[in-house]
Amino acid sequence: MLAQFLQFLFSGITVGSTYALAALGFTLIYNSSHVINFAQGEFIMLGGMLAVYFTHAGLPLPIALVLAIGLPAVVGLVMEKVAIEPVKGAEPVTLIIITIGASLVLRGLVQIWLGKGTFSLAPFSGDQPIHVLGATLMPQSLWVLGVTAVVVVALWYFFTRTLMGKAMLATSYNRVAAELVGINTDGVLFLSFAMSAALGALGGILVTPITLTSYDAGIMLGLKGFVGAVLGGLGNGLGAVVGGLLVGVLEAMGAGYISSSYKDAMPFVLILLILFFRPSGLFGGKATDRV
Amino acid sequence: MKSHPFRGLYVVAAVLLVLPFVLPNSFYVDLAIRMAINAVIVLGLNLLIGFAGQISLGHAGFIGIGAYASAALPTHFGWHPLLAVVAGAAAAGVLAAVLARPIFRLKGHYLAMATLGLGIIINIVVRNEAAWTGGPDGMAVPPMAFGSFEISGDKLWYWIVALLLCVSIWASINLIDSPFGRALRALHGSEVASKVVGVQVVRYKVSIFVLSAVFASIMGSVTALYVGFVTPNLADFFHSIELVTMVVIGGMGSIYGSVLGAVLLTALPQALATFEGWETVVFGAILMLCMIFLPKGLVPTLAARFGKGE
Amino acid sequence: MNMALLDVQDLSIHFGGVKAVQNVSFSIDAGIVYAVIGPNGAGKTTLFNLITGIYTPTSGSILLDGQPIQGKSPDVLAQQGVARTFQNLQICMNMSAIENVMVGAHLRLDRNLLKAALRWPSIKSRDRDLRAEAVELMRFVGLEAYTDARADAMSYGALKRLEIARALAMKPRLLFLDEPAAGLNPKETIEVDALIRKVADSGVTVVLVEHDMKMVMNLSDRILVLDYGRKLAEGTGAEVRRNPDVIAAYLGAHA
Repeated sequence: MLAQFLQFLFSGITVGSTYALAALGFTLIYNSSHVINFAQGEFIMLGGMLAVYFTHAGLPLPIALVLAIGLPAVVGLVMEKVAIEPVKGAEPVTLIIITIGASLVLRGLVQIWLGKGTFSLAPFSGDQPIHVLGATLMPQSLWVLGVTAVVVVALWYFFTRTLMGKAMLATSYNRVAAELVGINTDGVLFLSFAMSAALGALGGILVTPITLTSYDAGIMLGLKGFVGAVLGGLGNGLGAVVGGLLVGVLEAMGAGYISSSYKDAMPFVLILLILFFRPSGLFGGKATDRV
Repeated sequence: MKSHPFRGLYVVAAVLLVLPFVLPNSFYVDLAIRMAINAVIVLGLNLLIGFAGQISLGHAGFIGIGAYASAALPTHFGWHPLLAVVAGAAAAGVLAAVLARPIFRLKGHYLAMATLGLGIIINIVVRNEAAWTGGPDGMAVPPMAFGSFEISGDKLWYWIVALLLCVSIWASINLIDSPFGRALRALHGSEVASKVVGVQVVRYKVSIFVLSAVFASIMGSVTALYVGFVTPNLADFFHSIELVTMVVIGGMGSIYGSVLGAVLLTALPQALATFEGWETVVFGAILMLCMIFLPKGLVPTLAARFGKGE
Repeated sequence: MNMALLDVQDLSIHFGGVKAVQNVSFSIDAGIVYAVIGPNGAGKTTLFNLITGIYTPTSGSILLDGQPIQGKSPDVLAQQGVARTFQNLQICMNMSAIENVMVGAHLRLDRNLLKAALRWPSIKSRDRDLRAEAVELMRFVGLEAYTDARADAMSYGALKRLEIARALAMKPRLLFLDEPAAGLNPKETIEVDALIRKVADSGVTVVLVEHDMKMVMNLSDRILVLDYGRKLAEGTGAEVRRNPDVIAAYLGAHA
């Protein structure tokens, strides 16, 4: 009983960490521009796919990883410059459609370049399972959890202790006010896309040894990360992390206890429930419009 | 749309009348039928996106409901195909109403998220419940029949679909230039202003969403009956995105834009059939370029250029 | 006999820590022009938003013809004959000028979706009548030159008058004008002044928020003075001018 519960919990937190990183990515971009970046999932996919590509090409793991995080960050920058900045003041519908278009382009290009196959990455420190109270935990899971925790702490430090981070926070609270005190809000947007892409890519790399990757792995991962962000309260960083983890855990529990063939549907049932009963999410607040 | 609101409709009707005699073979007739089916769906979707300013990212789910209703109800329960079409439309409508009411009470773009979720859930259900739906491989659809008279084959379906398209265009034109349509456009222009003159905002948004879902479901049934077979692809995320692309490229809020968008983007996959992967890239590129450079879409931009108004 | 048309009792609203309106009470008789004045941030627009259903009060009540309306949504109030214009203009720029006016008559028309789609004859003929009425209304507010114009082609001053036309299309009993003269040049201000006088003369009870003191003194039968969300004074123009609190807080050099 307990062993089974723990098993589901472990796998849930593991994949939930990827969702958490994706959710953070969504939150970053949403905060600096109110855009919901539907291409976030493709950054996750790019991380995993590039890591596979570079290791297969013979590069040592650390270098492959740096490239697999750095290149998606560059892609994020390009996307911001080319697709988002030109239409800054547009209606939200327009921006949503643009990010959807970008995700299709990225996915299609990867499909052409690397094919439709499924790929794996060697686990970072072997694949000897660890036994905890009757459940098994893969070492890679520890990597996922550990790195995610480090990243979250680093981000917290960045946003609360560094000038750049505080500038980004200021922009998310009130863009005009931030501009008036001299913050380069375009730069903030630029940076947020790069960071968001890097976060997504990192999550994708970490989880590839466990869940494998392919050209279309990004869609579901991204959407589930998005559910995590909404669950936590769109725009709330801590909420994003908690939300992502929760989505992973609930998905695993649902698949384990209710039905495994509907595993993929769980997060989407969850988002409908959130929207029906608590749209502001766990940590989100209400906003009133001035008329 | 001042001088003669139905001028465009007459042109479309004329084209539809002439087309079957001009097209070289049945491949093209089939393509024309698919274009017309998409055009009706896109018309409904455009009412939602273009006039109510809301976006649905799961509309293929409603198509799937209609399609699988037409497949499963006659096959497993012996229902008459016409009844199945009505049942599918009713189910889609009710589902849309139930979903939309709480969503539209919220400010912001929650409908996008909700429809995304709904569309994916429908797709997964259809893939999983193989006993009812044939699973990932799909299932056959009993044709529409009245007694011994069976409606099948592209000739007959062409005229049915052409008629449906003309009726849909006519109804849309009427709708837009009516008190209901004005309220809808006002809602898009300024929600506060429309509230203050008495428009029940939530009710209207729900109505238009339900209408667009019903359009989609009926055309899903039509597709199923015409092709004779349904697969889960009919109800997947990419199909939903294709439909949004058609709205966007033709022109949000433009009736003839809906038709043009459907025509262009139904033909495109045929042209790209040999280039796997490129289809995705091209669709994505179209979406992006259109929204960046032609945010109003083809028909409104061209209309403005040639000084016609709408 | 003369029950007030609008009766506001002890109305308050708090936004978090900000007490935007505190325990305000006043009443408005039918047929008069009533002005609400006060420094910026005094809570005037908030008060409007409370009465027209955009905000729900934290406490207190608002009675229209003796019936409570606080917390009811704007579309319900529209059915009761309450109309308003906005400080920051809420025009549907995606529609033509005349359609904006026609939208005002929303509640008076048959809004049935099915009938509309089928081009029901009664709907078409009512629309024709409505269009003629809208042209008349635009003439009434001085916008006859714009009957064929699109809203996004009109000047700010013209749009302000368009909003009034739209409100009048509702055939309201009670019309709230939120800073009708804001952003207008002196000539336009005089025209709006005359327009409001015409509207009031036609039997509509007018309530306005305004900073232009000349206009307020000119038009109003009674004035409510707000300061920091509280009622400072109420009375005729002459009474309010003499009130030492008002002079101290506000009128000062403007009288």
